[in-house]
Amino acid sequence: MRKYFKPGVFILSTIPFLLIFYKIYFNKLGPEPVKEITHFTGEWTLIFICLTLSMTPLKRLTNLNIWISFRRMLGLFVFFYASLHLLTYVGIDYRFNLQPIIDDVLKKKYIFIGFAAWVLLLPLAITSSQMMMKLLKNNWKKLHRLIYVIAIFGALHYIWLSKTIFFRPLVYLVIILVLLALRIKIKNRKVNYG
Amino acid sequence: MKKIKYSEITPEKIYKNRRSFVKSLGYGVSSLALATIPFASQSQADDRNELTSFKDITTYNNYYEFGTSKSDPYVNSQNFKTSPWTISIEGEVEKPIKISMEEITETFVSEERIYRLRCVEGWSMVIPWMGFSLSKLLSKVNPTSKAKYVEFESVYDPEQMKGQRYPVLNWPYKEGLRIDEAMHPLTTVVTGLYGKKLPNQNGAPLRIFIPWKYGFKSAKAIVKIKFVEKMPTSSWMWASPREYGFYSNVNPNVDHPRWSQATERIIGKDIWVPRVKTLMFNGYGDEVANLYTGMDLKKYF
Repeated sequence: MRKYFKPGVFILSTIPFLLIFYKIYFNKLGPEPVKEITHFTGEWTLIFICLTLSMTPLKRLTNLNIWISFRRMLGLFVFFYASLHLLTYVGIDYRFNLQPIIDDVLKKKYIFIGFAAWVLLLPLAITSSQMMMKLLKNNWKKLHRLIYVIAIFGALHYIWLSKTIFFRPLVYLVIILVLLALRIKIKNRKVNYG
Repeated sequence: MKKIKYSEITPEKIYKNRRSFVKSLGYGVSSLALATIPFASQSQADDRNELTSFKDITTYNNYYEFGTSKSDPYVNSQNFKTSPWTISIEGEVEKPIKISMEEITETFVSEERIYRLRCVEGWSMVIPWMGFSLSKLLSKVNPTSKAKYVEFESVYDPEQMKGQRYPVLNWPYKEGLRIDEAMHPLTTVVTGLYGKKLPNQNGAPLRIFIPWKYGFKSAKAIVKIKFVEKMPTSSWMWASPREYGFYSNVNPNVDHPRWSQATERIIGKDIWVPRVKTLMFNGYGDEVANLYTGMDLKKYF
């Protein structure tokens, strides 16, 4: 039974990708398709960030180690959807026309922070393998705490691009903050109980 | 089952045919000044030229009174009551008036006016409006010497307008123009589109449309027009004065603080159609640039 869990999570994680591929192919994206793809891939990046961050609290809550075995894969899906998101913006929206993109990254704070989040994901994706884990030893854990920063950057990216105070971006920020707060608790306990 | 009414299809065809007919006759731009969209270059003209479909115009709307998602206004406005409807013209005028929608449609003849709508979010549509110049309606009253600006107030009815139950914006929606902008012949009172009565989601029964300004300047479902001495604070200025100025002229050289305004996407095009360059004053510079002579448009954004 357990051996099907990981492939199962993998297949579930590809569903958003298959869905957007289907929508592009059959032209079901509505009047502003590029925006639709951008928003879709962006939102799924945030969802996968939340899922990745949920694994450690879930492990503690349920006392099951199985959650941790999904964490790396979910993290790599964060990178996958974030890269699709970036590629939509750079490739489909701006046709690899770098001048306006560089302008945006430097001048527009929501694009700057979104791009920064993707850049920070790079070392995490590169060092995700078992081998790298062994090679980096204790530093691996430190390095991979970058996901906390990335998660907050991602939520801010969404909030800053909204025209007024919208409910949805705030929901992501709250979820992320709660997931991070749960970790602080874990840490304190460790300190308290030695 | 998807039901498409005959009336939804026919006007679009007629309109598109009529446009190609007009083009083939080779009328000069001047004779069609009000119904013609100016173009930057021929290569981009074809995409810009094309009328946006009736479906996209009526299902992809920013109308926060009916919800913040683009599809909300179509869904949530179908039972909105637009009759009876009265518009009050008041403020710094010699004699304020109240005028009913019936009287407006009887007094003023609506004509076809094809204008491009450029949204501050970076997309555009080409819409065959039905309407007449706002100056005609405003000439019903005599403004006093104090009148410098015109304020437009949209209806406030949270019972019928779901979105108004949340403080997304400072309700009722307010917009404003300088008097000379309001009196400009391009500033239009809209009563319909595609040859039909204005759909609820597009601002029925009566809205204004200012083609050289970002879409949000064109207030919908107007109940009050007020002549005032001081520059009115619009709902968007109230929400974020740093981002939304009073003038809000379409200007590719002045970015919104959070995103660029240099280019725009054309609504209804598939993902392989690239962005097009945004035109100064949305392409209506020949007609309106003189309103802003000597003004620093970066400062008065």
